[in-house]
Amino acid sequence: MTTSLPPDFADLEPYSQWCLATEADRYAKRLASTMEEMQAFYDAAFPRLEEVLRYLDRLELDALPEDAGRLLMLCYSLINVSFPVEVWRQARVPDSGAASMDAVIEPAV
Amino acid sequence: MAHFAKPVEGSWTEHYPELGTSTVNYEDSISPEFYELERKAIFGRTWLNVGRVEEVPRTGNYFTKELQCAGTSVIIVRDRDGEVRGFHNICRHRGNKLVWNDYPHEETRGTCRQFTCKYHGWRYDLDGALAFVQQESEFFDLDKSDFGLVPVQTEVWEGFVFVNLDPDNTMSVRDYLGVLGAGVEGYPFGEMTQVYKYRANVGSNWKLFIDAFAEFYHAPVLHARQAIGEESLKLQGYGYEALSYGIEGPHGMVSSWGGMSPPKDPSMVKPIERVLRSGLFGPWDRPDIDGLDNLPEGVNPARHPAWGIDSFVFFPNFMLLIWAPGWYLTYHYWPTSYNTHIFEGTLYFVPPKNATERLRQELAAVTFKEFALQDGNTLEATQSMIESRVVTQFPLNDQEILLRHLHQTARAYVADHSQTTIPVDLRARQ
Repeated sequence: MTTSLPPDFADLEPYSQWCLATEADRYAKRLASTMEEMQAFYDAAFPRLEEVLRYLDRLELDALPEDAGRLLMLCYSLINVSFPVEVWRQARVPDSGAASMDAVIEPAV
Repeated sequence: MAHFAKPVEGSWTEHYPELGTSTVNYEDSISPEFYELERKAIFGRTWLNVGRVEEVPRTGNYFTKELQCAGTSVIIVRDRDGEVRGFHNICRHRGNKLVWNDYPHEETRGTCRQFTCKYHGWRYDLDGALAFVQQESEFFDLDKSDFGLVPVQTEVWEGFVFVNLDPDNTMSVRDYLGVLGAGVEGYPFGEMTQVYKYRANVGSNWKLFIDAFAEFYHAPVLHARQAIGEESLKLQGYGYEALSYGIEGPHGMVSSWGGMSPPKDPSMVKPIERVLRSGLFGPWDRPDIDGLDNLPEGVNPARHPAWGIDSFVFFPNFMLLIWAPGWYLTYHYWPTSYNTHIFEGTLYFVPPKNATERLRQELAAVTFKEFALQDGNTLEATQSMIESRVVTQFPLNDQEILLRHLHQTARAYVADHSQTTIPVDLRARQ
């Protein structure tokens, strides 16, 4: 099916729900996830990051195949959850209370 | 102990004697009456940055900007001659807002050949001329040339689009931005077209959030948890000192060191920063473009090798941050009441050539948001307690000089406007 990741990264398929196109979707999923869920995703994806970069850098950024594009989106989510996992130890930014900040312009790819 | 040299007067603040060194009163940030005066004296009369030329690259491209602080909405458009023009966003027939989509108070953008009013179908050319009146013969001696869109003074400086809502203004934006503006002219802003823009409703006076971003004294404390363990304590022990400050007319700037890009000790940053080589200070590796080797003289004015970032506070509400690794950031603070405003933070990068560069920029953008969320929420806590007026005098240190200057400038504009209707030579004031 067209929703898969590149075959080299089939082991990350259990986390493909993190392949989200917008920052708003990624941040919302982060807030809706438990620390255990984000830790599991991070533990699976972070060790593969350098390999992912090598794989994606061989391709044209503006013309990524669909599976590679989804892998890139997975990396955007990995960046987003790196804050709860690596520093905050919670989903929300500490001391941010009810404050919110919306991405109103972001790159298309 | 001073890590960087200060002016001969002994401090940056005393280098500008008109600032004084006394405690500061924040009544200008908690008074509804003062805010109403600011709307006329400041937002109705100064040059306001509303966007970039890249937002209107071709004829017919337009965007709207809501200026609640000045009680209007403007349309910015590129006309058939290639000029960027601005108009009040109001139909000359019966005053309907001319350009909007679905929600009248939300900003919009698009491309058109003419502006058509949703109400009765009046149409305007891109130069503002009234081109078509529905059932024109029903009107009485209507001369269409008398009913063009109301123009707003609009000028472009280094690709930044500014408007001035005072029809009697006689100062160009370039003159208004003065020495500090001239000092950054030539920076390759036009190469940095990969944009991330964030917006937030903040429960504080607009000046209080500028205060937060115009000093780095808070950074080692408020953002302590963004650094790793021991490094956080080390940063707090070191504190913060700028390389230099500059104040010219209503504007100010702070030039700062930037040891985090790349960090001297990689173990001090998050693991993902080490892999991607990026973080709050942006991607560690500069993009390969012209214009970054020989920076304009106003950028890193001290020519310090440890330079990391310059932050310009262009009065009233436009901040421009130029980072050593070759990207820039803008902040805008649009008041919506005396104790609320809309904050906009926009990051500009050279378009990425591959996925790695793309992810480095993503990490910088996401890190920015994490910091800004902390800053914004802290401001609500400040606003509510200042409003208590339990304490009315606050000491500001030398690293908070730009705050002292900002509030003083706002008060001076309001005082001038209250005393006279004659336009003041803003540069002569200082």
